[in-house]
Amino acid sequence: MREVAIIGVGMTKFGELWEQSIRDMFAEAALKAMENAKVEKIDALYVGAMSSGLYAYQEHLASLMADYVGQIGVPAVRVESACSSGGQAVRMGYIDVASGMHDIVLVGGVEKMWDVEDGTFVLATASDQEYEAYNGVTFPGLYAMIARAYMERYGLTREELAQVPIKNHKHAVNNPNAQYPFEIDLKTVLNSSMVADPLRLMDCSPITDGAACVILCPLDRAKEFTDKYVKIRGVGAATGPIALHDHKDLTRLEAVNIAAQRAYKMAGVGPEDIDFVEVHDCFSIAEIVVAEELGFFEYGKAGKAIAEGQGTYGGKIVINPSGGLKAKGHPVGATGVAQIIEAYYQLTNQAGKRQVQNARLGMTQNMGGSGGSCVVHILEGM
Amino acid sequence: MANSQRYTREIPHRYRLEAQKFPSGFVSLPNRYVDPISGKKEFEKIKLQGFGTILSYTIIHIASDQFKLLTPYAVAIIETDEGARVTAMITDTNFEDLKIGARVEFVLRKIMEEGASGIINYGYKAKVIG
Repeated sequence: MREVAIIGVGMTKFGELWEQSIRDMFAEAALKAMENAKVEKIDALYVGAMSSGLYAYQEHLASLMADYVGQIGVPAVRVESACSSGGQAVRMGYIDVASGMHDIVLVGGVEKMWDVEDGTFVLATASDQEYEAYNGVTFPGLYAMIARAYMERYGLTREELAQVPIKNHKHAVNNPNAQYPFEIDLKTVLNSSMVADPLRLMDCSPITDGAACVILCPLDRAKEFTDKYVKIRGVGAATGPIALHDHKDLTRLEAVNIAAQRAYKMAGVGPEDIDFVEVHDCFSIAEIVVAEELGFFEYGKAGKAIAEGQGTYGGKIVINPSGGLKAKGHPVGATGVAQIIEAYYQLTNQAGKRQVQNARLGMTQNMGGSGGSCVVHILEGM
Repeated sequence: MANSQRYTREIPHRYRLEAQKFPSGFVSLPNRYVDPISGKKEFEKIKLQGFGTILSYTIIHIASDQFKLLTPYAVAIIETDEGARVTAMITDTNFEDLKIGARVEFVLRKIMEEGASGIINYGYKAKVIG
């Protein structure tokens, strides 16, 4: 297999983009990425989107996007794995370049979430439709059940749980693309409206429009295009039970651990070598469980550690320097690609005020449903 | 909304709690073809007796349009006495009586209506007992 580099990135601002359609957003991000990489023609295109059909009444997305970024003729395919669609698209692009099939590959993710009223219904399609959603459980409801099981077993308090979104909002202040670049305090979290007990609105990632794109090429060609590139050093993906109730232990997301072990093995590194990580904090509890599955903290310990400042600058590892899904925003299919972009900025020393000093190895973790799928990337600055 | 066969094919599971027991001990309420634990394809058909224990629960305040009129309502993950894991709405129960470890009994209830002229969907819910 060939080594693979990321040579350019582009994204829209994340937020409520009333003026932009799904194709407008994708085109903006894709053209920015191509300009950034100084690439005019691509060899293949992958686009991650969870539910363009239910959100934007548009399937056949990859063909549409190839057409609207001036690349008719290229092979293009949409990748879907619920909330991990974007990260999985990056993995498909990686495999494509690594295999030698194509050289210049555009990988994007997009989701247009604000055009429909009943987004709660759409998100619940990431669960087992007939045996979870049919019985009234919402997507926040699934993570609420993880939170309750975790809090009861490990004694995590409501106040400690609140420190996850508080930290992520603090990080987002320095991210110009973030949907909510402002700080929140404990009172704001604890007084926000209840969504699925014990999770409140401020525990939940928001509804977001947005797109994010990266350009991949063989590592040995990267210098032809730019001196700002990063290497994809490890990739791991795994599946878990589709239904939360089939997880043997409700306080774990085992697919995350399996995906991470695969990525660590491929990269030849361990958790102690990683300088920062972008994790899939779709809900506050998710960041805690994921930080444990990735090996940064022992099981049952991440909640308290993050509450004590171990997940931010000056702590054990910076978790979600971008602000994470909670504060940067979570346009479902775009999220996994946007995580890669944050890692690219950090590893090329372009992250401005949120720069993690001397960052050399970064990790991204993107997850579908209640742990039904997960993809992890380890990126290296050159 | 879906045609009626989407619901009728699930009736054995939803009305009568017909399940499968696999060699590893794994019990599945939905139809499965392979034991997710052992990979074996043999199984025994069993009928769940309709009793179990709450492993975790939540109270849903923001629901999809289908369930909006019911909010706030509780949903739980239950392990039945046979070992099947089931997600079910909680009914006929005060929220104060919900706790991890509480015993529940499954009951047949209306789940939702698909609009004024659509199908009325039934299935299991669970209530806390004793």
